Amino acid sequence: MNITRRDALRTTGALGTLVSLGLITTEQAMAAESRPAFASKTLSGALEAIGGQPATSDQIEVIAPDIAENGAVVPVATVSKLPNTSDVWFLVEKNPQPMAAHFAFPNGTTAEVKTRVKMGKTSDVIVVAKADGKLYMAKKETKVTLGGCGG
Amino acid sequence: MGNPMRIRAKSANGETTVRVLMSHRMEGGQRKDANGKPIPAHHINTVTAKHNGKVVLSADWGPAVSQNPYLAFSFKGGAKGETVEINWVDNKGDSRTDTATIS
Repeated sequence: MNITRRDALRTTGALGTLVSLGLITTEQAMAAESRPAFASKTLSGALEAIGGQPATSDQIEVIAPDIAENGAVVPVATVSKLPNTSDVWFLVEKNPQPMAAHFAFPNGTTAEVKTRVKMGKTSDVIVVAKADGKLYMAKKETKVTLGGCGG
Repeated sequence: MGNPMRIRAKSANGETTVRVLMSHRMEGGQRKDANGKPIPAHHINTVTAKHNGKVVLSADWGPAVSQNPYLAFSFKGGAKGETVEINWVDNKGDSRTDTATIS
């Protein structure tokens, strides 16, 4: 059968579009997280990436709801009473990637911060604080009725 | 340039409290579209807050920070009329900077 010029052009165009769509999808899929703490799929991996297993401290307040109705928007906050707190990290133990956020406080900034995180399911909300170069942690369990990671 | 943020900065007792509501999809990367293809992660990576040119807060975020991120923090100093500047950069290189006057 004769292949008309119109048919040939149409097929090439369609293939070209499919190929370019495929390339875009591959590139986007390969734009992975490059920060080790954020890429880690385990709590211990995330903690190792920020400097090791912290000692438990009762000087770190973890403010999170007992029950979160919407796992996509869980208000969390922390207050660190440890002197010279320079950084805090929020982790959600059972999330696909536990590391959620890191905050650094320069001199003069109060060691307190509030934000909102996604929680996939009932899990500990963990705060790690760095004070005088050492790591400390505290945690609180938040029950999640509707998971927020979308997976 | 991303969408504008809402910033409120209030000075009291020698301390300035800042509250920010950013506008960003914060796509986590876990969701799939109607055809089962993963929707790529698109989220803010870094946040920097400045007062009078000095950094008063910096943050690294991952995909687990909620859509339209909320942030509240405070620092010593700051007076009515001075400005606070908040900047974010996301994982696709988009960014946004907004300023607010301390009230």
